[in-house]
Amino acid sequence: MPHDDPDHPHALLPSDPALRVRALETILTRKGLIDPAALDAILDTYERKVGPHLGASVVARAWKDSAFLAALRSDATAAIAAMGISGRQGEHVVAVENTPETHNMVVCTLCSCYPWPLLGIPPAWYKSDAYRARAVREPRTVLAEFGVTLPDGQTMRVWDSTAEVRYLVIPMRPPGTEGLGEAELAALVTRDSMIGTGLPAAPA
Amino acid sequence: MTRIHDMGGRYGDGPVKPEPQGIVPFAEGWHRKALALTLAAGGLGVWSIDSARHARERLRPKDYARFSYYEKWIAALADLLVETGLVTREELAAGNAEAAPAHERLFRAEAVGPALARGTLYTRTDGPAPAFAPGDRVRTRLPAVNVFVPGGHTRLPAYAAGQTGRVILSHGLHVFPDSNAHGLGEGPEPLYTVAFSAADLWGAAERDDDEVTLDLWQSYLDPA
Repeated sequence: MPHDDPDHPHALLPSDPALRVRALETILTRKGLIDPAALDAILDTYERKVGPHLGASVVARAWKDSAFLAALRSDATAAIAAMGISGRQGEHVVAVENTPETHNMVVCTLCSCYPWPLLGIPPAWYKSDAYRARAVREPRTVLAEFGVTLPDGQTMRVWDSTAEVRYLVIPMRPPGTEGLGEAELAALVTRDSMIGTGLPAAPA
Repeated sequence: MTRIHDMGGRYGDGPVKPEPQGIVPFAEGWHRKALALTLAAGGLGVWSIDSARHARERLRPKDYARFSYYEKWIAALADLLVETGLVTREELAAGNAEAAPAHERLFRAEAVGPALARGTLYTRTDGPAPAFAPGDRVRTRLPAVNVFVPGGHTRLPAYAAGQTGRVILSHGLHVFPDSNAHGLGEGPEPLYTVAFSAADLWGAAERDDDEVTLDLWQSYLDPA
């Protein structure tokens, strides 16, 4: 495969990105390289079905069910598959647990690797140059921009996702949630708390 | 020397701007199409995820810097389509093409659900034995280069090159992006998660006992 083409073919497309996308869609459809109905199926998956509610259901179960937590620790990919959660950009999953000693945070400095089957499509900030550049060097300053300050004595471990392993942060269960069921617990688990840039909501 | 995508540790990018929780809506109508087209064309199976990442990385630095996320996807998709012979430069310039029958590996709508739920496994069973185990001290390659292709794809970021860390997880054999991105075979190698001290990486860290971990293939590592 050519490596550094001095004359990038993409420059032949219109400069307006909406027109670029439309031109590509036309070409690919006419050449039989895409099925237009497949585009709708892909979007239906990520606009309606797959999102952080799935990761939240995993966290809530881990808080509630010690056997599930043990399964998650030994093989998170298998444990979530047993809940019907699997797929693209989440083929090899590792769960990392926050503790009073350690707070975990996930980034991909080289691109934007993210556990899609658990959290859906990443938010724009996760894909931003600012997050990719700074999360590894000044994670506590980045956390402050999310309104999070860690207690003294809690160290940080930042996971730079450089391979096909995808990390799910299991936040600490908030106090005052002892009587809650799994669905009520899951409602407290924010997307950002599973990336490590946030904490779960407090119970009402 | 690495490429512009290798930005871990860089200064000057400004604040991170949080967004509401929940499923992330597409900001623009064309973002939806850019994502769907990229996944649908990727579903032909003509290129690997490693080749697709490299196609984004080797955009001209000035394009990489000014393009939004989905503009990078679309530009890399157009480049890959031409490089693999699926689309011609003339067709791109015209924004149109002669009608043709469906490609034999067309990613059809009925295959989308199962394929997205299945994903693509990157683990392999045949390859070198692990040279390291959790607890071992290792040193990373310096500089962070692809040893097969000058300027080629690698997953060792420059900020972690030549650093000493501690293996904390062993993941078994994984497809090696440095070869797979360039059509040089999957070359599976043992993959490890290695933890580095923030103080070692950055000189002056926010906190000396903070850590950064990276997932690194065996040939990036020497015993330390």
